[in-house]
Amino acid sequence: MTLRQKVLVLYLKNSALDSPVLGWAVYDGTGETLHMAGDADAPPYATGLAALRDGWRLIQASQLLPHARGEELDLSYLKYEFFFEQLVEVGP
Amino acid sequence: MTEPILLTSAQVASFVARGFLRFDAAVPADINAQFMAEAGRAPEPVEGGRFFDVQASVMASSRIPEVPAGTPLSEAYPPGSALARLLDLPRVKGAIRSLLGEAPVFDHHFLHVTYPPRFHAAAAHENVSQHTHQDSTVDPRPQAFDVQMMYYPHAVTRAMGGTRFIPGTHLRKVSEVALGRYQNMVGQQHMVCDAGTLLFLHHGIWHGGGVNLSDDTRYMFKVRMHASGSQKRQWDLSDLPQRNAQRPIFFVKTPPERGSVETILTTPEPWFEQDTGRLEYVNRVKLWRYLADDPAYDADYWLTRLEHA
Repeated sequence: MTLRQKVLVLYLKNSALDSPVLGWAVYDGTGETLHMAGDADAPPYATGLAALRDGWRLIQASQLLPHARGEELDLSYLKYEFFFEQLVEVGP
Repeated sequence: MTEPILLTSAQVASFVARGFLRFDAAVPADINAQFMAEAGRAPEPVEGGRFFDVQASVMASSRIPEVPAGTPLSEAYPPGSALARLLDLPRVKGAIRSLLGEAPVFDHHFLHVTYPPRFHAAAAHENVSQHTHQDSTVDPRPQAFDVQMMYYPHAVTRAMGGTRFIPGTHLRKVSEVALGRYQNMVGQQHMVCDAGTLLFLHHGIWHGGGVNLSDDTRYMFKVRMHASGSQKRQWDLSDLPQRNAQRPIFFVKTPPERGSVETILTTPEPWFEQDTGRLEYVNRVKLWRYLADDPAYDADYWLTRLEHA
């Protein structure tokens, strides 16, 4: 049996896994599909919880970090990033 | 020489809030045709050829000049060329003047050519979209901004994969393509447009070229430019209220006034996070204070609340 990893990255509205999806990425290690920037305008799931219910395993969540003094109003990358995976059997 | 049509306060507020202004079919057909004749053409692909060679052929056949960075924008293009004529259009002159002030300076330009699938197949090259990115490098300037004018000289269909951009991302300090992992965001826009459409972008907006799945080669010309003097109060100020009065917030019984600067600056984008969306308003107000040269300005108390002793 050979396993390949599919990776789903979701960016949520806040740190709660059941909050809405604002951004996303999909990487398919099986090679069956190819995803790229701009390939979909609607998210694959409404929330992170919906991805869990569809069989995706959460493997990483972004930390909640305190704001550096003097930089409280500055914005940079998206804050609420969640990595999921699925392990998929592929042919011999 | 033509007189510029300056932007309105609402247009500048929209640029502050969303990081772009779009003018559909703003360039006349004769300038578009002239540009396409001057731009350079891609030869049909040769089986087994190198993908790079196609782009090199476009550059070699282009009559668009090489221009040193730092050249006054008014001297960047030969008189009578398509780009000189385009920059002399009243709406174009007015948008640039309104955002950058007098005597803007040329930074760089580039002809972005996006090839249809047969070009990639011939060269065994993967046909994918460009990762989403912010141009140049991380830019620590607190308020001053450059403008990137994107020119679409021919009609762009969805299949041609026009520029993708995410309104409202321009005030975030990020490092170029470090955000390449963000494949899609709610509210992203794809440029589908008529020939002669112009997009004026704040330099910080997140964007990328779409994948071309049509049979036609897509051309887009970008010019980056910056101010040489003040960017403050350069637009048509005739519709700018002398002093904004604070309005009721949160507990309100009527919808906010459409089109007011305050409403524009506090209208969220679909991708806004619940908490940092409020910081987006704060940063928009800071940019408006800078451009309007009004350090006491506020919209819906977002900065005043943080500043009173």
